[in-house]
Amino acid sequence: MTDTVDEIFRREAGRVLATLIRLLGDFDLAEEARQEAFTAAIEQWGTSGIPENPRAWLISVGRHKVIDRLRRDSVFRTKILDREIASAAADAVAPADDVDDDTFGDDRLRLIFTCCHPALSSESHIALTLREVCGLTTQAVARAFLVSEETMAQRLVRAKKKIRDAGIPYETPEPPLFNQRIHGVLAVVYGVFTEGYAATAGSHMMDAELCGEAIRLGRLLNELLPRNPAIMGLLALMLLHDARRPARVSPEGDVILLEDQNRTLWDQSKIAEGSALVERALSVQGQLSAYAVQAAVAALHAQAQKKEDTDWPQIVGLYEVLLRLQPSAVIELNHAVAVSMVDGAARALNLVDSLAARGAVGEYHLLHAARGHFLQQLGRASEALNAYQSALTYATLEPERRLLRARMASIEGLPAGT
Amino acid sequence: MQYLLLIYSNEAEESAMKPASIGSIMAEYTEFTKSIVQSGQFKAADRLRPTSAATTVRVRNGQVATTDGPFAETREQLGGYYLVDAKNLDEAIAIAARIPSARYGSIEVRPVWALPG
Repeated sequence: MTDTVDEIFRREAGRVLATLIRLLGDFDLAEEARQEAFTAAIEQWGTSGIPENPRAWLISVGRHKVIDRLRRDSVFRTKILDREIASAAADAVAPADDVDDDTFGDDRLRLIFTCCHPALSSESHIALTLREVCGLTTQAVARAFLVSEETMAQRLVRAKKKIRDAGIPYETPEPPLFNQRIHGVLAVVYGVFTEGYAATAGSHMMDAELCGEAIRLGRLLNELLPRNPAIMGLLALMLLHDARRPARVSPEGDVILLEDQNRTLWDQSKIAEGSALVERALSVQGQLSAYAVQAAVAALHAQAQKKEDTDWPQIVGLYEVLLRLQPSAVIELNHAVAVSMVDGAARALNLVDSLAARGAVGEYHLLHAARGHFLQQLGRASEALNAYQSALTYATLEPERRLLRARMASIEGLPAGT
Repeated sequence: MQYLLLIYSNEAEESAMKPASIGSIMAEYTEFTKSIVQSGQFKAADRLRPTSAATTVRVRNGQVATTDGPFAETREQLGGYYLVDAKNLDEAIAIAARIPSARYGSIEVRPVWALPG
């Protein structure tokens, strides 16, 4: 019994909140209403049993509890506030819309677009999405950002105040605005994922949780907005990266490079799901998504049984497509690494040096690390050491720094760690 | 000649004011507004919501870029204003992005306090 109620709460928390925000027109009132509803459910379901439609029950009870509270409180308020409350209460008691699955889906989408609205700061996007859409506690969100719970609570309050005061609509935008905004939403989802994937210095449990939440968001978007190539591409990309998570870090916390990973640890069901999504994303005519192309690269890596089986020529081709779609130093560097596998380190070194010559990447540690690797392959030991030393200057995560020191030790013929 | 009188003040200090002081300042404002309405000098006036509700809009390379917060660069100066009716922030941003200066300057979008009553 208790388990079932817990399950219902977990499953319905997001949907109930999203609909309550629309009905009450306010994030804080909606959170209060949901809390009231959950409390009432714990008290009543034990004796009366779980209602046939628990979601509708929770929404209706929560809404009425808050309206009653507003009416009671309004006795003590000034006249102006009274009017505001009266209008909020009038909105709230407006006849309930059809509460079918479509309406709930629409509300969740509204909530996502509102939390990712471009008039909010990018740090608010991720924090609000984790708190309001994923239902993480403020404490858990604070942990993800490595800030105190109090700081995070203030950040969330400020973001919700901005939504209210600036008149950010609780709406899924119509095209053509939709096409711009969906990219912002996907950037937030990917931001949640990379926050979890990159932060190997933080707590591993939290990292896995963030990646899990990002994938859940990706699935939700894919369900609410089916056949969108960018959404399918992003979901595929996250699944394919996450599939390699168990092999990425050694028990000692060291980063294990793709080429050295134990491939039997990779999650084959995620690889299969991700690969199928990539194919569907790439088959949508005339809408090539950069996420889908990146996912295709990840799929080629994931599908290789041994590192020697990797289809490097196709990966080089995909990076060339990406460079046209979305040029960046990161893509150029990845392209150079793929080229080194096909045409050798000398050509790759030329590409990286030309990237470095164009500037603005001097502090990018991975660029120096790749240069060092190419130079090492070419037998230019002292130049390689210098490049690794530069990488070490800018690398901040301890596992990456250990890896660089191990590379330097391998050149100097010293055991790693000395 | 017409003149635009811009009101600057410290938001943090204002929000820390006691209700009694706020009340007396509001009364002063009402009195002042009434006097310039009576003298025929009044054109329009609004109280803005604080900068925490501000959004800055710029158009670069045909793309609308929106940032949280007020416009805060000293190398650009206030050059004009539009007061518009919009059903929400998205509509206000869309209008702001059509202002020619959005392509090389910045448009700060600040909600106006609704008048009580």
